Amino acid sequence: MGASEFALFFSVKEAVKGVKVMEWIQQLINGVSLGSIYALIALGYTMVYGIIKLINFAHGDVFMIGGFIGFYAMVRWDMGFIPALLLAMILCAVFGVIIERVAYKRLRNSTRIAALITAIGVSLLIEYTVVFFRGAQPEGYPDLFVEKNITILGVQISKTSILILAVSIVLMLLLQFIVQKTKIGKAMRAVSHDADAARLMGINVDNTISATFAIGSALAGAAGVIFGVYYTKVDPFMGIIPGLKAFVAAVLGGIGIIPGAMVGGMLLGVVETFVSALGFSLWRDAAAFIILILILIFRPEGIFGKNTREKV
Amino acid sequence: MLKVDDIDVYYGNIQALKGLSLEVNEGEIVTLIGANGAGKSTLLQTLSGLQKPKRGSVEYLGESIAGKAAQSIVKAGISHVPEGRRVFANLSVEENLDLGAYLRKDKEGIAKDLAHVYELFPRLLERKKQQSGTLSGGEQQMLAMGRAIMAKPKLLLLDEPSMGLAPLMVQNIFTIIETINKEGTTILLVEQNAHMALSVANRAYVLETGKIVLAGTAKELQESDEVRAAYLGGL
Repeated sequence: MGASEFALFFSVKEAVKGVKVMEWIQQLINGVSLGSIYALIALGYTMVYGIIKLINFAHGDVFMIGGFIGFYAMVRWDMGFIPALLLAMILCAVFGVIIERVAYKRLRNSTRIAALITAIGVSLLIEYTVVFFRGAQPEGYPDLFVEKNITILGVQISKTSILILAVSIVLMLLLQFIVQKTKIGKAMRAVSHDADAARLMGINVDNTISATFAIGSALAGAAGVIFGVYYTKVDPFMGIIPGLKAFVAAVLGGIGIIPGAMVGGMLLGVVETFVSALGFSLWRDAAAFIILILILIFRPEGIFGKNTREKV
Repeated sequence: MLKVDDIDVYYGNIQALKGLSLEVNEGEIVTLIGANGAGKSTLLQTLSGLQKPKRGSVEYLGESIAGKAAQSIVKAGISHVPEGRRVFANLSVEENLDLGAYLRKDKEGIAKDLAHVYELFPRLLERKKQQSGTLSGGEQQMLAMGRAIMAKPKLLLLDEPSMGLAPLMVQNIFTIIETINKEGTTILLVEQNAHMALSVANRAYVLETGKIVLAGTAKELQESDEVRAAYLGGL
């Protein structure tokens, strides 16, 4: 251990000591609620990857669009939180399907790198189209609660965190239900395993892929709205960093695996919050990417992934 | 019932089927035998809509189905059990069977057929909640066949059902093929195990490099010298 590492070790130890148990619980809740935003975005990444093996880098921008729809709905059109959330989800679902049909569908049989480059192009197109029409300035989200915090058993918890967590959990349960129990969910799982065999069942593969985009994009839209509520502002480039972090979360959980994206997102949120709580808030964003590098080196298949060789 | 007339099918630049014609009549078991790479699987894929013929016609129950989408072919009553079973390994046995009935809306009929599939394959009933990827090869073959029956087909296309199975299991599968046929489903059976295939079939075709080189009743082919030499191990 060199001198500088030694000093770092002690400053971490001091920082840990300085934070009380109650505060740790608060931070844990903050972390989980931030993480649930990442998880909602990561779900779209992982579902789309599962079904067409594409990392949809425009997914973060669907999230941004959701944030703006939520803003306009609540501030300009005076809608409540829940109607605004639903509106953002519906419009983002439609938007996601349009992106898939216009940009990705025709590339389904081309190389993966072609589709990936297209996804990056779509991402930039969405960002700068938004800038073109309304400028790059941020917009402020309204405060949902007058009284910001609530005390439960001596732990101060922000109401926003609870709201975010509640919305995310409801949406994730709904998603699990759709994927596990409904006909379209079974079709999605079948197509992601073997598209041709799914065709032999009479499954319409194109529609199933569109449905996957619709569901993933609706979740990203919801994440955009609750992100706006959490950070109280939205801007045209807000999708970039959360998008990348959600990608990290998806890889961390095991890309293509739905529970993996949920756990990966939560875990990432908690790690980030703890890194900040320890006083290293400047390192917060780096933490996510350090995790990405470590997971790619030591367990590239992710937490839930099985170590399978790729079929040729 | 099924009339294939002079079709050409290409895989990229390679021609897999060259002017192939054959016929399947209602109620028959027709088998197509031939070596690896003769084009047997390509033919079945063309019939079920996964491949499109460049030339020629495919008529089923008096209607052209050449180049139609797989979906409408399943709806018309043709089910395909693909080579290598291709069960959805990430889904349970019962979910696989549910997907077999994907296009059907008659809930009662589906429940009845599900019970029937479990009767034909009691092993599947025992394992209905199990992930199908954990089944043995023979069980996966049963599942793939059960899944196809769930679509209530009039014509069942079977691609190499005996591949990789133990002799006892092969016997078992062929007995069930005969049962399914007796219950009224017409069968087009593609096999490398010519001996087994000819023993259950009414008629047979021999396919070599994309062309039919011999056709006749199963009995005629069993007795033909060429077939004996090439496919029945000279017995």
